[in-house]
Amino acid sequence: MAGDMEEYLRPGVRTPFCPGCADRILVRLILRAIAELKIDIDRMLFVSGIGCAAWIPSPHFNADTLHTLHGRAIAFATGAKLFNPELITMVVSGDGDLAAIGGNHLIHAARRNTDLTVICVNNMVYGMTGGQVSPATPMGIFTSTTVEGNRERPFDLCKLVAAAGAEYVARYSVSQPDTLVSSIKRGLETPGFSFIEVISPCHIQFGRRNRLDTAAETLRFFAGKCLMKDEAEGLSPEELRDKIITGEFSNGRNQAD
Amino acid sequence: MAWKEVRSALPAGNYYYSGNEAAAEGAIAAGCRYYAGYPITPSSEIMEWIAVRFREVGGVFIQMEDEIASLSSVIGASWAGAKAMTATSGPGFSLMQEGIGYAAMTETPIVIVDIQRAGPATGQATRVGGGDIMQAKWGSQGDYPVIAISPWSVQEMYDQTINAFNLAERYRVPVILLAEQAVGHLRERMNVVEKIAIFNRRKEKGAAPFGAGDDGVPPMPAFGEGEKLLVTGSSHDDYGLRKVADPLVQARLTARLHNKIVNNREEIIQHEDYYAEDADVIVIAYGFTARSSLFAVEAMRREGKRVGMIRLKTIWPFADSLIRDVGSRAKKIFVPEMNRGQVAGEVMKYTCCDIIPYNQTDGEVIHPNTIMGELRRLL
Ligand SMILES: Cc1ncc(C[n+]2csc(CCOP(=O)(O)OP(=O)(O)O)c2C)c(N)n1
Ligand code: SF4
Ligand SMILES: [Mg+2]
Repeated sequence: MAGDMEEYLRPGVRTPFCPGCADRILVRLILRAIAELKIDIDRMLFVSGIGCAAWIPSPHFNADTLHTLHGRAIAFATGAKLFNPELITMVVSGDGDLAAIGGNHLIHAARRNTDLTVICVNNMVYGMTGGQVSPATPMGIFTSTTVEGNRERPFDLCKLVAAAGAEYVARYSVSQPDTLVSSIKRGLETPGFSFIEVISPCHIQFGRRNRLDTAAETLRFFAGKCLMKDEAEGLSPEELRDKIITGEFSNGRNQAD
Repeated sequence: MAWKEVRSALPAGNYYYSGNEAAAEGAIAAGCRYYAGYPITPSSEIMEWIAVRFREVGGVFIQMEDEIASLSSVIGASWAGAKAMTATSGPGFSLMQEGIGYAAMTETPIVIVDIQRAGPATGQATRVGGGDIMQAKWGSQGDYPVIAISPWSVQEMYDQTINAFNLAERYRVPVILLAEQAVGHLRERMNVVEKIAIFNRRKEKGAAPFGAGDDGVPPMPAFGEGEKLLVTGSSHDDYGLRKVADPLVQARLTARLHNKIVNNREEIIQHEDYYAEDADVIVIAYGFTARSSLFAVEAMRREGKRVGMIRLKTIWPFADSLIRDVGSRAKKIFVPEMNRGQVAGEVMKYTCCDIIPYNQTDGEVIHPNTIMGELRRLL
């Protein structure tokens, strides 16, 4: 039934997520956006890659789900969407999945402006495989493969995808639930390629290696770094260091000409 | 039954096509309406032909960013209800391997045309090769079933592409048209008949999409039909729910995937006999090499030599009982191949009669004179 969030959860499913995992929050927020739009979930297709984040739709969502290969979710989704444009197609996957192994598919789908809504669940680490560095890990962060702190610069995924031609690009954190839900709704309503980067912290693999002992502490740590775009305006590069700027970075108007 | 007679997409009659063009037309005739590809010699003409013809017949064509994406999108389209295909050659076929395993595990009907060129690696892009036989069977991790077909003519590039789609839909399995450059670029007459038989995947509302069904092949719904599908490459139960630590689920699934092909091999495997009945030396050949071999065998028969040939039209599943039977009758079996003995090794698995491989990997087809020379030494 359209609009009923509880009906959107697959009955009898035990969540595979660690207690306190922010992805549990995101399960609810994505479904809330769909419920608020009163979308009949049977018209939707959820495609995910491999990783903890890829488990958000599969098996939690009571809809058609395609749990694919590591990195390939967008390519699988492209085939399904192009063949049946009636399918409202959403991709939900991790930062490693979409930006490392799947980075090429990400920029090309943005370039084509394929009508997909992509939720990039950014915990800034490879959660599932034990907390290795990802292309979204901030500099200085300890991971199981950056034992002296990460020395590589992370991608600014929103800039990357906007530059590649996406119609709608935004970044929010699970700690900004209402704006995030509005953004997911905007993404779903925007024809063309929509990309929403969601800061969704992993206390198990990220937090514990960086002196953040609990889920709450990890969540607070990231929430404290988030600034809205307009708050960031006028701040010096020094003041912006380590900050996560949230907001909309492309909303269709950029593409008008 | 899901068999149906349909009108051919092309008007009945004779056509002068290349093998690659014939494969594209065969796909269209079979009902293929999704194609994704990435350019690679010597297969690109298939994609270019499709790009033009899909505008006329109403299919979805896309050139993707690489072969991994091509095959991934083909699998996605198949679950959206399409008969879907891609074509490639060695380097692209290598990139597709993970996706082939995924299609086998998720029982997704897809067709891949591999126009084999001389390898390994980039090898000789415009030259012929036949080295992908084992890769077609074992290229992705784990044990999984595939069907692979070896066409020897332009006519068969057309007919066997139709057959490839029928088998894919019938058994919910990836089917590989394992052609060689020499057949893909061959240009000769082919005939299109007015009506062909096609098989469309079986559907049954509410049935388990990964259950055993009657014959090990479950019905397959599409996205958007309200079935709330769980499709995953992880081990899963009859309804697609991930079960990644249950030995029983894993054992049942892997056995069924294997058995649905092996138990139906009589229905899948095709071959042709030429003078094999009373032959002392039997050539086992496939693809373009079977053309040269038949020429050689017929020339020697005219000289009264007791030589014969078996042409394998299906490579995987392998024609094990046929080989057992041939091995019990022939004195010697000669296996000429454009690789280092990939099918000869299979033949050796099923018979202990005297097996003589002949391996040519110089980027050229094997000439009939070469085969005649070798056969004379064996008689
Ligand atoms: C081809 C391939 N390489 C590696 C892996 C192992 N692997 C599984 S999940 C994963 C990383 C997932 O990270 P991310 O996408 O950020 O998801 P998270 O678990 O952090 O939510 C990797 C490397 C795989 N499944 N397939
Ligand atoms: S490892 Fe991290 S991302 Fe994965 S379920 Fe646990 S907390 Fe969540
Ligand atoms: Mg991650």
